[in-house]
Amino acid sequence: MLSFPIYLDNNSTTPMDPRVLEAMLPFFNEKFGNAASRNHSFGWSAEEAVDYAREQVARLVGATSKEIIFTSGATEANNLAIKGVYEMYGSQGNHMITVTTEHKATLDACKKVEKMGGDVTYLSPNEDGLINLADLEAAITDKTILITVMYGNNEIGVVQDLKGISAIAKKNGILFHTDATQAVGKIPVDVLADGIDLMSFTAHKMYGPKGVGALYVRRKNPRVKVTSQMDGGGHERGMRSGTLNVPGIVGFGKACELSQNEMAEEAVRLSAMRDRLEKELLTIEEAYVNGNAEHRLPHVANISFKFVEGEGLMMGTKDIAVSSGSACTSASLEPSYVLKSLGLDDELAHSSLRFGLGRFTTDEEVDFAIDHVKTAVHNLREMSPLWEMFKEGIDLKTIEWAEH
Amino acid sequence: MAYSEKVIDHYQNPRNIGTLDKESTAVGTGLVGAPECGDVMRLQIEVDDATGIIKDAKFKTFGCGSAIASSSLATEWLKGKSVDAAMEIDNMDIVEELALPPVKIHCSVLAEDAIKMAINDYRVKQGLEPIEDNKKHY
Repeated sequence: MLSFPIYLDNNSTTPMDPRVLEAMLPFFNEKFGNAASRNHSFGWSAEEAVDYAREQVARLVGATSKEIIFTSGATEANNLAIKGVYEMYGSQGNHMITVTTEHKATLDACKKVEKMGGDVTYLSPNEDGLINLADLEAAITDKTILITVMYGNNEIGVVQDLKGISAIAKKNGILFHTDATQAVGKIPVDVLADGIDLMSFTAHKMYGPKGVGALYVRRKNPRVKVTSQMDGGGHERGMRSGTLNVPGIVGFGKACELSQNEMAEEAVRLSAMRDRLEKELLTIEEAYVNGNAEHRLPHVANISFKFVEGEGLMMGTKDIAVSSGSACTSASLEPSYVLKSLGLDDELAHSSLRFGLGRFTTDEEVDFAIDHVKTAVHNLREMSPLWEMFKEGIDLKTIEWAEH
Repeated sequence: MAYSEKVIDHYQNPRNIGTLDKESTAVGTGLVGAPECGDVMRLQIEVDDATGIIKDAKFKTFGCGSAIASSSLATEWLKGKSVDAAMEIDNMDIVEELALPPVKIHCSVLAEDAIKMAINDYRVKQGLEPIEDNKKHY
């Protein structure tokens, strides 16, 4: 039985796996100790649980447990990495390089760096969302201290050439940070093989709880340090103070363990499902996939439908929970800056839908979504004057619109 | 955003979608909005030459639910009205009927403009002067 609306927005967040919840429950009341309490068994059992989870998290990404700094999530991890590197390595330079399609947590942390006196270069990706490595190399100066490029994009799922980017960073003696929020737990991520120095990720995108994430900070070749952004008791090797969220961390650890065991199989299942969804939706005329179709996460599809309006499309697809390319909750329609960075015009950016499939998505739900979207696009086009003009062969660019 | 029941009803069961022959002298066409603004509305009326009564009205709209509902409602109101009476339709009547929130008032403005543009298109085809619209919306 289907229950509505069908959740297909797993890039926003994922439901918790029941096995994760089960692992967390004792740490709310029974084993409620503070992991920093050294004088009694309550503290010791909490610390033990955190240590175990730290191992689980580290193992998933090929790190050692000492390299995992727990945070409140990926936004905090991105802030800690970017501002923390700027403060720690300021004497070596003040320049950073990032990409226009990064998450706001990265872009806004970079903006803050600029306010603090730093310089940031924002690279534009190609139409398919991938960056040109030659552009990256050209942007490097003798003041560059950090390159930050996300692993897999949250809106279009494009996976960057991490090894190529990290090789350039290494060759130039520059630190490399990646926001791997959407990638960890979905595709194999290995900090050593990928040449990553700092990496942000979070539990709630991989069937763990909200409010807990991590920053991987490399300890060898090179040994990396970041200036803490939260001061206090000196937790997390002095890089992030604050009482540890023990239940959250236990859940994060469990989620990592489950992903490690099930990722390979799950990716095969999800990409087959995603490909089917995409293939069916592309049978609709004037429908386009956004982003590189080869280098991308297995569970994401982002599709634009020409000649239908974004908000009308969202209203017509109310039985599925997806994200649209426009933030139309206010009077000002803001098209997605990620899609605009790929060169899409406002119209096409507005009329795009992002599908994020997940561990609990079923074939039956995908079948429903296919029919639902096809019907909505058909109905909206039936009442769209633009579609009628397009069908009559009229070039919409030649019309003088009575604008408001 | 929560839509009113009436908006949802018009969105799901739009009245009078379609196209009239824009070359006919009995037909007036109004096309307002722009694709990059997210709304394009086309409203058409067919007038009975003998009586001056609007005997048919059709619309097609590219836009949000409120824009679709505003134009759908407008066609319902237009049918059976005289051209002169149609000229009196005010955007605030549409706002009230559909319980549009403030951010969606522009949808009703578009509908009113489309009505007036269609009427004037018809008038010009009949050799009459277009009626000046003194109401300033923006």
